Amino acid sequence: MDRAELIARLTPIITTYAQDKDAVASINENTDFIKDLKINSANLVDVILDVEEEFDIEIDNLSMERMLTVNAAIEIIEDKLRTK
Amino acid sequence: MGNRVVVTGLGVVAPNGVSITAFTDAIKNGTSGIHHDPELEQLQFSCQIAGKPQLSDDLIAQYFTALELRNFNSTGILYGVIAGMDAWKNAGLKVQDGDEPDWDSGTIFGTGTSGIDKFRESIYKVDELQLRKLGSTVVVQTMASGISAYLGGKLGLGNQTTTNSSACITGTESILMAYERIKTGQATKMLAGSTSDSGPYIWAGFDAMKVCTYKHNQSPEQGSRPMSASASGFVPGSGAGAIVLESLNSALKRGATIYAEILGGHINSGGQRGTGTMTAPNSAAVQRCIKGALQNAGIKASEVDTINGHLTATSKDTTEIQNWSIALNRKGSDFPYINSLKSTIGHCLSAAGSIECVASILQLHQDFIFPNINCEDLNPEISDIIDFNKIPQQLLNTNVNIVAKASFGFGDVNACIILKKYAE
Repeated sequence: MDRAELIARLTPIITTYAQDKDAVASINENTDFIKDLKINSANLVDVILDVEEEFDIEIDNLSMERMLTVNAAIEIIEDKLRTK
Repeated sequence: MGNRVVVTGLGVVAPNGVSITAFTDAIKNGTSGIHHDPELEQLQFSCQIAGKPQLSDDLIAQYFTALELRNFNSTGILYGVIAGMDAWKNAGLKVQDGDEPDWDSGTIFGTGTSGIDKFRESIYKVDELQLRKLGSTVVVQTMASGISAYLGGKLGLGNQTTTNSSACITGTESILMAYERIKTGQATKMLAGSTSDSGPYIWAGFDAMKVCTYKHNQSPEQGSRPMSASASGFVPGSGAGAIVLESLNSALKRGATIYAEILGGHINSGGQRGTGTMTAPNSAAVQRCIKGALQNAGIKASEVDTINGHLTATSKDTTEIQNWSIALNRKGSDFPYINSLKSTIGHCLSAAGSIECVASILQLHQDFIFPNINCEDLNPEISDIIDFNKIPQQLLNTNVNIVAKASFGFGDVNACIILKKYAE
């Protein structure tokens, strides 16, 4: 799965929680969930649950803590898919 | 003396009407909101009828964002938010925009439990070792103060934002607590009210206590029979009632519609002494509560035009009538009019007091006394105390100046509020 496809599958999940809907239109690898998209920090755990379901993976606590940007999310998803 | 306190906004989510207009029509016409509940039948409840507000997805979407509705499973918060926001809007108030909350407005919005279905869902997940899949909203949906927290955030309230809980007096108590806060100058506007979850998991305990009727599963609309000789227990209900209380000065300055003035009231407990127990009232305390309310409001018993009773359709209805009669020292044809909203919506438990106060305020504002249904066979023990004509079976269009409304609850707790038509 290439990065573009990953972002495409990630976008609808993130859109659900983003308070800044305009920022969603310009999502890229450097997008920060809280700073750019204004996702409520309590919702980060929901983003992770949705990502787990979408990609059929399980994200450990350590990875959860650093999953704050699109870039980090992609790295974590790729890693988990590889070791699945 | 303190500030005079008036009612400037109303909202309701009742089994027989969601919105003030629909609810007003329903109570005037004696329209029942009690229906057969297939879920209760499937779960083999003795009582398979209940009062549940009917809400469409379109309506819900006007009050909650799609994100809020994800994994949302709390009927109490659903009903309370709709009633509360409606009351705020009905008062002509705006939702606070920007970074600054409205420091002078708060809420006291009660409930018995919160999000019992969400709680059930979570407990199953935890026991199945799926804790990590709970998501982020279990706490806010199941904490008792979930409802005041949701309302506080939606409206931008910066004053006290809390939830009270005292069984079936919760709603009446919330209004009296909010009244005190404005009277003493600690807030200018308070959203008061209460809500109750619906469904089998909230009602099961009452069914198990055998306090709900099992005789009307085939005739739901005749099931709730306060003051009737054939009353056989209460019908469980649910919903929410909300009232905006405001200092008279603030209401006049805004040119707000004033529905009623709150003259005062009293809250007490029988201490589970004398005739009082965890589940039965101490009549001495009930009488003291009513008398205390009159005294606090500064009115005479003879000035009460109509009573909105607690009257749940159990054997305690007669005791209640007797307590009113003794406390007011009025009987027979000298007794005020009296009605029970439970005949059309059932017993909405923690929401009962607030929904019934909304009905009482509508009576004052529009000069009517809504009819009791299902007591054409009046309990003779009641007609020994008060005249049959004092229990209207048809809508009565009449001048209403003062309403006394009382609620009684488990824990031997009592609340009585005195409402008056506003006059300068």
